[in-house]
Parts: sequence; structure tokens; C-alpha cells
Amino acid sequence: MKRSILAAAKVIRSKNSGPYELTLDILFKDKAHFELFRRRNIVTKRKIAGLYRRPVADILKIVYFEPSNALKITMRRPIPSGDAGETDIYGAQQHAPLLRLTY
Amino acid sequence: MAAKKKEFRVLSATAILGYGFPESSFREGLRRRPDLIGVDAGSTDPGPYYLGAGKSFTNRAGVKRDLRFMLTAGVRRGIPVVIGTAGGSGARPHVDWCEAIIREIAAEEKLSFKMGVIYADIPKARVRRHLAKGEITPLTYVPPLTPEILDESVNIVAQMGVEPIQKALASGCQVVLAGRCYDPAVFAALPISRGFDPGLALHMGKILECAAIAATPGSGADCAFGTLKEDSFILESLNPARRFTKESTAAHTLYEKTDPYHLPGPGGELDLTGCSFTELPGGRVEVRGSRHVESERYCVKLEGVRRVGFRTIAVAGTRDPIMIKAIDAILAGVETQVKDILKAESIGGRIHFHVYGRDGVMGALEPERRVCGHELGIVIEAVGATQDAADAVCSLTRSTLLHYGYPGRISTAGNLALPFSPSDAKMGEVFEFSIYHLMPMARPEDFPARIVAVRGGKEPK
Repeated sequence: MKRSILAAAKVIRSKNSGPYELTLDILFKDKAHFELFRRRNIVTKRKIAGLYRRPVADILKIVYFEPSNALKITMRRPIPSGDAGETDIYGAQQHAPLLRLTY
Repeated sequence: MAAKKKEFRVLSATAILGYGFPESSFREGLRRRPDLIGVDAGSTDPGPYYLGAGKSFTNRAGVKRDLRFMLTAGVRRGIPVVIGTAGGSGARPHVDWCEAIIREIAAEEKLSFKMGVIYADIPKARVRRHLAKGEITPLTYVPPLTPEILDESVNIVAQMGVEPIQKALASGCQVVLAGRCYDPAVFAALPISRGFDPGLALHMGKILECAAIAATPGSGADCAFGTLKEDSFILESLNPARRFTKESTAAHTLYEKTDPYHLPGPGGELDLTGCSFTELPGGRVEVRGSRHVESERYCVKLEGVRRVGFRTIAVAGTRDPIMIKAIDAILAGVETQVKDILKAESIGGRIHFHVYGRDGVMGALEPERRVCGHELGIVIEAVGATQDAADAVCSLTRSTLLHYGYPGRISTAGNLALPFSPSDAKMGEVFEFSIYHLMPMARPEDFPARIVAVRGGKEPK
């Protein structure tokens, strides 16, 4: 049976990276989990696009950052921060779909 | 340029000027004999309103309290004090607002000093000239700038780099109050002038601008201390309750960034691909290997917003399971009905329903399409060309939703629980980001500055 991302990560968060991008961080519990995710390429642009119901083209970057055993995903905001229809000015509560990741 | 000094010590007061810090941490920082007291006062994070309206997102009393500690310590001990992105957004009204606070403190504390006030506002004509030459480049996902968008925009500012701050400090300013500023420049300007490595100085500034947020446990309301050396820098907490760890420092490098290895700024980028973090005794972390790579052409980031109208909102809730089940159709029906009336009355406006319990937090990004709670929160948002129009749209939408007859309705006395009387709240002007572009700048030190003598009375010495 597949395990929840919560078994591998200790921080899962979201925030604006400027008014036009949303950035998602997954900080793994240790180097082993970080390497496992990187080696098996568990998080792909396609998978993130599916979780957030966005086109794959809107997922800008997936970067592995070794000094923090972290994975960073940056995507296009559905609208720039503060435009009409905004729900989360700071982008600080957009992480929950990542909790559906398994490995 | 002055001869190289072995160390340059920096006291960062707090994450954002006005967020506060424990006096004990600040005193601990002073005991370490800082060469600079710095604070970042701004962010675009609170959204476009504050830049557009010329208002601070931080509280005046909070800003004054923090500045009082910084100015009295800095002026009496002869330590330079640098404040970046004054007033939160760093346009002229924000800078002037902060200057008034500084003058008040100077008068109250009898402080006299020379102050450099640097404005970051960029005249539209200048942007237009570069636009005509095709020299205004949008950042990722930002639409290209057009003359029309430029005309509609207000309070256009550029993020200054270290150069204007260095110029003010070199002319003997004790205090530098800067408009919109690249956050790390506040902390890096002086050490770079003194010959320290720009990559290390800017990376240290990048962490210190958030002060104790990068420590563990993190806090936006505490000081942090940085010691810059020739080939590394060291971070430490000034509060025994926190420490810097390899993990907390590295994790902070990710924060609010697109790519943690490459951090663009005025005139270049910080390259952290060769960066290492080492823990030292006493809750300290030493960072090495940060590099600053200058770009071929010096560019600054422009920020600007335009006004799109006025907003009025109403907060409501429903506890009716039949209504909750049909919420999408009900709201669509209400919107159609309201728009028909507004059209007939020639009132323009937009309606947006924030439905908490459905997708109020994530909107278009919400993957969960089922509504399974026993109650829903509904915020009616109306945006109109004038405040009166916004009021009219909000009022009509609220009353229509309150008494809207939907199929299967059994609760015929009213559809909404309204917690407040009055039910509708005027929210004032609505702005949207319109400019987030790069512009070349041939002389990055040439931001308009005033050097003023602040006279608050006799020096205590």
C-alpha cells in the first residue's frame, strides 16, 4: 500500500513568490526521503497540474534544494494577488492538495 | 574605498518595521557592537491596495515604537540606521509618512542627525521612453506593459539596489530612509562599500531582512544578528529562546522564492549553487559560497498598481441543508437577477461570492468539489466604479439572496444569517497590480534623494 506524503515530509506549505506566482515547499524529514522522491521522480509537473486542476503549462518549475532536503514547486497564480475574485492574498493556504501525494 | 575590515556586524531589528521585537533582544544586539542597525519595512505580500492608496499596512504606533529604539540607539552611539521600503510599499506618500514619524521621535528624544531620504518613484514619462524603445520586460506570467496600462497606473516605484544607500551613507548620513528597496540592500549597502564580498553581503541581507523568521522557533517579531567576514557570514539569534540551525537557515532560503539557487535582484542575481551551511556552537550558523553575478545590463524591478473601482462587502452564512445542496445554482440565479436590474438602472459592477465551506479559500485551485459541511459562510463582494455603485450592487445582491426562492425551499422567512447590523461594509478603493516589469537603469545610484538635518534638540553628549 502506498504511504501518505505526511510519512515523508515535515513541512508542506504555500506562499506567493511575488504577486504572479504561487510557490509550494515540501521539506522532507531527512535526506533519505528527499533522495527517494528525487530518484523516483514522484512529483511531476503533470501530477501537480492534476492536483490543482491547472494546465501543465502553468506549473513553472520543480526544484530540488539539497541544503534543506526540500522540493519546491512554483506555479502560476490563477489570478495575480489581489485581483477581483482573489481568495488568498498571501497564498498561504494553498498547500492542502499536496497532502494527496503518495509514494 | 575603505580598507578591508575583518568583520562587519549587523543588527536586524525585526522582520517588518512595526512588527515589534523584545527590548532584551535589541539590547543584546547592541552589546555585540553592531556596525549597522537595519530594518526592512516593506513587502508586496499584503496586496496591491497599500501601494495604490499610499497607505502603510503596518500600524503607526508599532512603527514608531520600533523606530524609537533604533534611532535612539543608533544616533547616540553613532551607528548608522538604514530603513528600506518605508511605509510598507515605498512610494512617496509612504516615505513621507515614515519621515514624519522619525521627526516626531527626534523631537521627543532630542536627537539631532543628518538623514538621507531616498525616493523610489519613477516618473511615467521615463517608463514611457523605455517602453517606446522596447526596454520594459515583463516578469514571468506578467502581461506586457502597454501605454494604456501605464497611463492608468499610480505610484510606480522601482526597487533600488545598494547604490543609492551607499551614496547617502558616503555623504555622512546617520540615518537613511529609503523608498522601495531590494530588501537585502538595506543590510548589504554599507559592508559592500567597505569592501566586503557582495554575494555574501547580499545573501546575509536576504536572511536578515526577515530577522528571526529564519531562526527556530521562527518569529516575525524578534531581532537577529549577522556577522559578515571575508569569506563567510554567521547568523545568530539574540533571544535565548531561539537559535539558527542549518535547517532553519536553509529552509528560509526557500521562502517566497521561485528558485532557491538563483535569486534575482537589481543589477544581477545571487547564485547559491555553491552555498554551504554549517552549524556552530551557540545556536549559530555559518554560510559560505554565496556568489553575486552581475547582469550584462543593470535592470531594476518596477512595481505599480491601477485603481479598478471601489468595494463593498457583506458577510453572511447559511445552515439550511437544502440551500447548501443547491448553492451553485442559487448563487448563479441571484447573480443573473441582480445583473438584470443593474443593467436596467445603468449601474456597473461586479459580484463575487466567496463561499467558505465550498471553495472560499482556494477558488479555482480547489480540487475538492463536494460540499459536505453543515453550514456555509458567504462573503458577498461587490466592486463598482464608485463607492455608491459598489454599495448599490452589494445591497441588492444581499437582499436578493436573502429572499431568493429556490426549488424545494422550506425556510421561507430568509436564506441568510447576517452577523452584523449594518450588514454591508464599505471597503474603499480597489487596486490591482498592473506593473511588475524590469527596466534598465544606466546610473543605479541616481534615485532622487534629499539630505536633511533633523534637529531634535541638543545632543546628549
